[in-house]
Parts: sequence; structure tokens; C-alpha cells
Amino acid sequence: MSEPSQPASTLFEKVWQRHLVRNETDETPAILYIDLQLLHEVTSPQAFDELKRRGLKVRRPDRCLATIDHSTPTTPPDAAGVYHYHTPQAKAQVDILHTNCAENGIKLHSWDSPHRGIVHVMGPEMGATQPGMTIVCGDSHTATHGAFGALAFGIGTTEVGHVMATQCLLQSRPKTLGIRIEGELQPGVTAKDVILHVIGTIGVDGGTGFVIEYFGSTIRAMDMESRMTVCNMSIECGARAGMVAPDDMTFTYLQGRPLAPRGDNWSAAIEDWKTLKTDPGASYDRLVEIDATTIEPSVTWGTNPGMVISINDAIPAGDDDTSRDALDYMQFESGTPLAGQPVNVVFIGSCTNSRMRDLREAAGLMKDRRVAENTRVLIVPGSEATRKEAEAEGLDRIFLDAGAEWREPGCSMCLAMNGDSAEPGDLVVSTSNRNFKGRQGRGVRTILASPLTAAASAITGRVTNPVELMETGK
Amino acid sequence: MSHSGVVESRTFCLPVNNIDTDQIIPGQFLTTTEREGLGKFCFYSWRYDENGIERADNPLKIHDATSEQVLVTGSNFGCGSSREHAPWALLDFGFRAVISSQFADIFRSNSLKNGLLPVTVDDHVVEFLLAHPGHPVRIDIRSNTLTVEGFGEFEFPLDPFSAYCLTRGIDQLDFLLENEVEIGRYEQV
Repeated sequence: MSEPSQPASTLFEKVWQRHLVRNETDETPAILYIDLQLLHEVTSPQAFDELKRRGLKVRRPDRCLATIDHSTPTTPPDAAGVYHYHTPQAKAQVDILHTNCAENGIKLHSWDSPHRGIVHVMGPEMGATQPGMTIVCGDSHTATHGAFGALAFGIGTTEVGHVMATQCLLQSRPKTLGIRIEGELQPGVTAKDVILHVIGTIGVDGGTGFVIEYFGSTIRAMDMESRMTVCNMSIECGARAGMVAPDDMTFTYLQGRPLAPRGDNWSAAIEDWKTLKTDPGASYDRLVEIDATTIEPSVTWGTNPGMVISINDAIPAGDDDTSRDALDYMQFESGTPLAGQPVNVVFIGSCTNSRMRDLREAAGLMKDRRVAENTRVLIVPGSEATRKEAEAEGLDRIFLDAGAEWREPGCSMCLAMNGDSAEPGDLVVSTSNRNFKGRQGRGVRTILASPLTAAASAITGRVTNPVELMETGK
Repeated sequence: MSHSGVVESRTFCLPVNNIDTDQIIPGQFLTTTEREGLGKFCFYSWRYDENGIERADNPLKIHDATSEQVLVTGSNFGCGSSREHAPWALLDFGFRAVISSQFADIFRSNSLKNGLLPVTVDDHVVEFLLAHPGHPVRIDIRSNTLTVEGFGEFEFPLDPFSAYCLTRGIDQLDFLLENEVEIGRYEQV
């Protein structure tokens, strides 16, 4: 033992340690340096106002990246190139972001940018998201970026202002939750089914106070888009962040992207990123083991993302007030199958499932088929770059020929604040992340599902196990 | 955001678990660029129908904002979206504290930045309070105690820094700005 050995650390601990401007004390939280702040129109205006009120400047505009996604229409502009917003207020919010970014020297990817898109789709696509970074955004799905081995989490608007002014946050150190997922996925089972199964297993508040690290053979075998889907929904079990250690899959994805390091910087970055993994012997505060081989296509039956069943299972018994209330809202009867329920709307999109893999999977199932007569199908790519790539592959034709709507990029019906919404009482099969009451419109009933399950349900007009259509080929 | 350190009030009860921030303020109201005046949208879909008419089953119909400033509710309050509009709306509606057996992390952090007190206590205390709507309580953030008249005194977790900032009227951004030199030094390395 000639060299002093470093204590074994988890991936989270390594990234946390690197960003400490000041350590936590008994009286004060840690000061954590933030490498990248992502901004959008909804949670930033009050923060910009606060800086203005105090006479402060944005400290590092070069560490900010802005886009418009939540309030924006997903219908194309008119012949004169004008976009038609749902309300004047929605347009005003976007206009204010333009002004704020211009005044503070922040790069905004607006309508004219080939990169514009949902903030959590655009960041990785541009290579802005990199291993070992701290990344924040006024959006709870910021955990998406953890797929690259970044510590990424959602913050409120007051904290958005803190980061604008100081590039730092006051943070108490969270606990760590290791989720080991082992085994090969069955046909028809995707990353979305895995994360729904995880949330169903640990519960809608099972991750509160923790940062999750996902690991194991199932995660290793996933491509980056699948890992993003998994990390994206960490907040739905209460965890602010979810992480995956970077590997060759990560490096291959990032190489050559516009904001990724180049040349000598690239080689140096890879050497550094390779150290970002949990050491043998390091331990998590809590460990959960998941057998991926038994996971089936998974769906929600209730009004929070923890209410999950396999698609072939019966709707569970309402044995407490929370479940009874959920069954009542969903107009479901316990003991009956969820599969076969008539579907009014299918939504394929959101920061969870709007990337190329998701669109390819949906298109693969919808090719040479027609969507059911009484079912409206909205397909909303996550970004301009994704839209162009999908169109180059002809996926838009497959969707349009099937009778689906192929729309412009944005958050759209995930939270239905841009005017894209369903009607009261509608049952929606949605690839988004939240099935809260009224999330997709007043009285709308949401079933969360994978792009494959959503596409299968679009074809039959009923909640459908995609395996059935994959087998028949009809 | 200065706080006297004490909230004394009767309670108002919403005995529902997992109340998410979409319930507290629906997404349709997030196109605002202000933080004031959001109380009218607080629990909007619970209070009004699709035509903006008050619902017959509005659970907040009987809420008295002057005497009932403490909300008692089920576990995992404030889950979901990071929207700070949720505590803004609750404060503007008239609440100054929320009692639950568990809060979602981001909601808790947002609340403390705005002077809305998240008070986490054991299930049996919440159960007592939910069984006795309108019960008088006293919350003291100098001693981290919740006093439930005729039932007991209970400690709740509150990090000393948040309590210090709230009671001294110290702004957390000012505290961060005082560390300018260290931040600059970190950026050099």
C-alpha cells in the first residue's frame, strides 16, 4: 500500500464534490456551482424581473441556453409566416423571453433556430448536456440530462434567479438511491415500460429526498434516448435527479454535436468522463433491485404515475380513499381489464418520448395501417432537428398516411397549456409523464404508456398491448 | 421575505394524498409573467366548472381566509411540476403554512423561499388534525414546534439556514452574492 487510496464514491458524490464552491456546514447549505442553466418562457420571466429590480446582471450568459417550448403552438405558421398562439398571453410570454435574452446576451433558440425544441430534447441534441456537469432548469423533468452522467435537476423560479445572478445554488446534500435493473427486455417492452414499472414498484413518493443512480445490464444495453426516457421520469417517484454513468454509448452519441468538445479537448474530455462511475465498494443510502425480464408493457390506471399495472392485468381494487378517488375520476371499475377500453385521443410526444427512437418505434407499428376511425392521434416531435430527421426518413408520411397528425415541435398536450388538449371525459393514451387530474385538459383521463403501446392503441382505438400487433403484422 | 417566526391560526383541511402542483394551480394559468394575484387560480378546477361557475362540491367554499391560514392535507403534498406558482397561489389565497406527513422536495424548497411554511409531522398528528377541521394551532419556526391545542406539541424538521433567513428577513440571494470572491475563485480553477 504505497499510495493513499481515495475513499470509494458513487457517481453522484463525484459530481457533487467537483462543484462545491463551499461545503455544507451545520448552519449553512452547500454552495453548488452550476455549469449550465436551461431556460424557457414559463418559469423565467419573474426571475429576470427580480434581477432587474435589484440592478443585477446575468453572471454567465455563456452558461445559459434558452428555447421556447411550453406555450408555443404546434401548428405551422400561416402563409405570412405568422405563428398563431392559443392566447395573447402565451405570445406575450414568448416575446418577453426574446427581450430578456437579448438584454442579457443569452442565446435563444426561437422559431428561426434549427435546434429549437423541448428544452430536454434540445440540450442533449446540441451536445450542451455533457457528463459530469451540473445542469438546472425551471422544470422538474430536468433529470432527463442525468442520462449522460450529469447531475441535473429542476428548480423553482426564485432559484432560477439565484443561478442567473451567481451561477450557484444553495443545496443540502441529498441521499442516494441505487436502482439496479438487470436482464433482457421482452419484445414490445421499452425504456418507458421499465421506468413506469420502477415508479409503480417504489411508489409516487418513493424517491423523495434521493438522487437516483440507475445501473445494471438493462441500463447498459439501452441507447441514450432510452436512458433519457428513464431518467426523465425520476421526478415522478419524487427524486429530483436520476443519473446513469457515462460509457461508450454516451461518448458516441455526443461526438461531433455542435456544443460537444472537439479535437484535443474531446480526447481530454473522454479521459475525464471515464472516471465518472460509482467505485467498487461505494454504497448507496438505499438500494432497489428490479428484474427487467418479467416487465411487460406497462400503463397507468389512475391519477398519479405510481398507479401502474402491466397492460394485461385487471384494474386493481380501490382499497383506500386515494385509489377509490382515482377509479372514480378515471371512470374505471376495479377487476375489469384496462386493455380494450375505448380511446379518444393518442398523444405521442413530450420530453419523455419524442425522440427518434420513439418516433421510429411508433412508425414501425403504424406503417401500412390506419388509425381507428374515432381516435384522434397527435404526433409531436421533440425538436426541429428531430422533426427534420424524421421527415428525411419518411416517418411523417407513415403517420400522415395512417391518419395521424404530424405537428410542429413543443411540449404540446403533455401539459396542455398551448391549446393542444383533449375534451372533458376523453380517454387519452399518452407517452408523456403525468396522468394528474386535468393535466391534459379539464376532466381528461390520461393513461401513460410507451410509444409502442400508444401506436397500437391508435390503430385499434382501444388500449392495446403492442405485442398483439407486432405478432399479427396486420 | 420577513417572517415573524410564528403562525397562529385555525386549520383548514383537504384530506387528500398526493396533491400535485397541477391541482394547486393548473397549467393553463402558467402563461402569466407575474407572481402576484394567483390566489384566484388556486385549486381552480376544484372550485370552478368549465364555465367558470363555482362548483356545488367546491371543497374550499367554506374556507375563511382571515381565520384559517394553515392548510392540513394528505401525504406527498406538492408533487409533480416545479412551478413556483404553486406556493405563490397558496399564499395569495391566504395560507401561510401547510401541514402534511410529507412534502415533495421542489415544492418544499419553493415554499421556504416565499415564506410559506411546510410543516412535516407524523401521520398520527395529521390524522388528528384531519379529524378536527378548524382546530387552533401554533407554528413556531424559532423552536421548530407545532402546538396543537389539547393534543400536544410536536417538533418538525426545518434546516437552520431557512429558519434563520426567514426570521431575520435575510434573502438567500444576498447570502449567495456575499460569496462572490469564492465563486470567482472556483471559476478560475
